[in-house]
Amino acid sequence: MGIGSIIFIVLFFGAMGFFGFNVKKVIANINLGRDKKINDRKGERWKTMTLVALGQKKMFARPIPALLHLFIYVAFLLTQIELIEIIIDGISGSHRLFYPTLGGLYTLVISIIEVLSVLALIATFAFLARRNLLKIPRFHKDEMTGWPKLDGNIILYLEILLVFFIFTMNGADEALHIAEGKGSYGFAMSQWYGPMIFGGMETETLHLLERIGWWGHLTMVLVFMNYLPYSKHFHIFLAFPNVWYSNLEAKGRLSNMEAVTNEVKMMFDPEADPYAAPAEPVGEPQTFGVKDVTDLPWTSLLQAYTCTECGRCTDNCPANQTGKLLSPRKIMMDTRDRMVELGDYKRKNGKDKVDEKTLIHDYISPEELWACTTCNACVDACPVNIDPMAIIVDLRRYLVMEESKAPSELTGMFSNIENNGAVWQFPAADRLKWKDE
Amino acid sequence: MSGIKVHTMAEYLAKGEAPDLLFWVGCAGSFDDRAKKITKAIVKILNKVEMKFAVLGAEESCTGDPAKRAGNEFLFQMQAMQNIQIMNEYKVRRIVTGCPHCFNTLKNEYPELGGNYEVIHHTQLIQELIDSGKLRIEDGKPFKGKKITFHDPCYLGRANDVYEAPRKVLETLDAELVEMKRCKSKGLCCGAGGAQMFKEAEKGDKEVNAERTEDAMELNPDIIATGCPFCNTMMTDGIKLANKEGSVHVMDIAELIAQAQDL
Repeated sequence: MGIGSIIFIVLFFGAMGFFGFNVKKVIANINLGRDKKINDRKGERWKTMTLVALGQKKMFARPIPALLHLFIYVAFLLTQIELIEIIIDGISGSHRLFYPTLGGLYTLVISIIEVLSVLALIATFAFLARRNLLKIPRFHKDEMTGWPKLDGNIILYLEILLVFFIFTMNGADEALHIAEGKGSYGFAMSQWYGPMIFGGMETETLHLLERIGWWGHLTMVLVFMNYLPYSKHFHIFLAFPNVWYSNLEAKGRLSNMEAVTNEVKMMFDPEADPYAAPAEPVGEPQTFGVKDVTDLPWTSLLQAYTCTECGRCTDNCPANQTGKLLSPRKIMMDTRDRMVELGDYKRKNGKDKVDEKTLIHDYISPEELWACTTCNACVDACPVNIDPMAIIVDLRRYLVMEESKAPSELTGMFSNIENNGAVWQFPAADRLKWKDE
Repeated sequence: MSGIKVHTMAEYLAKGEAPDLLFWVGCAGSFDDRAKKITKAIVKILNKVEMKFAVLGAEESCTGDPAKRAGNEFLFQMQAMQNIQIMNEYKVRRIVTGCPHCFNTLKNEYPELGGNYEVIHHTQLIQELIDSGKLRIEDGKPFKGKKITFHDPCYLGRANDVYEAPRKVLETLDAELVEMKRCKSKGLCCGAGGAQMFKEAEKGDKEVNAERTEDAMELNPDIIATGCPFCNTMMTDGIKLANKEGSVHVMDIAELIAQAQDL
């Protein structure tokens, strides 16, 4: 086994191992959330996943970014085919193992990858311009400074490097192939720019450049993969499970709190003995509503990891548009940041330990929560079916039911409903007065 | 006045009869002066087609929608269970609401608590009546040539995907229907949902209803049509802010149909 193969195996499996280690952490963090069984309506779930995640249906509400995103997405998917060859070549020390056996099909596949790589490169530059030059408002909200801003750009720089190495590899290899008298590979792009840029170079230089391209490409793939768990860019994997597990009910339906149902049923049951101990305690004592990420259903935490911070939710939010503090994207980013913080804390200090912080107050303020009109625009806008509104309502539940902190006008509204069954101070007996007015 | 005929569920029960439909009036429809007019318009339409319907009257209570959205799940479920108990005793099967919030809650949030009914919004009922030929818009329509734009209530549109019924009903008016730049699933909220109706807006640089009214004003409409008493209030206030109360009217679809019918 050559030294190249050994380096490859160490690099490749080392990178896979580190990725696996981080994925395990991500799964553990998502499992900080409350259990919630979802295995119903499987056909519908697969269909939704195919349309929304694989087919990117909701992206096309905005055709220009959708098309640019599609270039990068399809290029990414198809480049994985080439990766199979790279892995085999890397381990065995072969060079373009499938080229002699696959013939025309090989040329076709590599040609498609080359064309898509060019399109992806164009899209990447367009995205950099959209983020940094064109000042698209949704990329410049308050929550998009510091790391989130840098993260968005790093991904694009990595993509440029990735494509750069692919083209160095294929271009130099093309020139080398010709120089060695074997003729052109006939790949769509490199058959043109290969001789143009690399033609006339020494075979040794070409060989070196081809190797730099090959190892550079491989390194970028491994770096990129390991960057994902730290980045918003993790959506490229998580979008699929996230959409599969997403809400299929009418958007207007808010979750029912069963713990509350049990108590209210007791109150309505004339047979119930008010002094009797509860028949069987249902699980651990539960806080009403959400105080911290551990109170959220795990699906909300998966959503937080899936969010790629595109800001369509915030862009469509009526509260945000009118200058209120609320930004649905920030709700998702805060949820993720808090989850990672708490997960790290627990791994360091023990599973049952908690720090002094909470999602509410330390990350998300009541002012943000009370600005929401529950209009579902954010939910509708999300290309991967994330539901920031559910988290907002869950946090409101905690404020109202555990802290008794609602805006005073709402407390008044609650008393009206309690006392006379209407949101305003009118007696129930007057409900039919309109008939005779 | 008006000669409208309304009976309560209790009255039907006393006669040993059951109505075909329960009209859920809602808090706004019962107590808000503007919304009461919408309630009456709905009743006029129901009377016109001789629908055998009833209201709960004093037995109706808030569905609990604003409590639930404000985070008070206890209060919501108390309200829901009380209402469900009453409706189940009356063996209610079909409900029409005059408010998308009541509609959404009854339709989507009551089943889990034991309240299973067929729930429709009044624009859906009107569409049904027009489709079946029970309701006909006669010639000499008062809205001929008028410019009407429909504001999608969030709890009818995005929350329940009802976009067509209100538009189909409006089409019968022979008016010029125009869409705002943000409509249907992209429609902007009026600012009232999620219990905002009952509180001051949080600090910001604009009111949501002002923003939404601007969308409508770009079209220079004669009428902004709605299907929600709260949207109605918000849009009416927005028009006042824009000093357009003389030239633009906010009307519920039920009112438009009742007027077109000369009811």
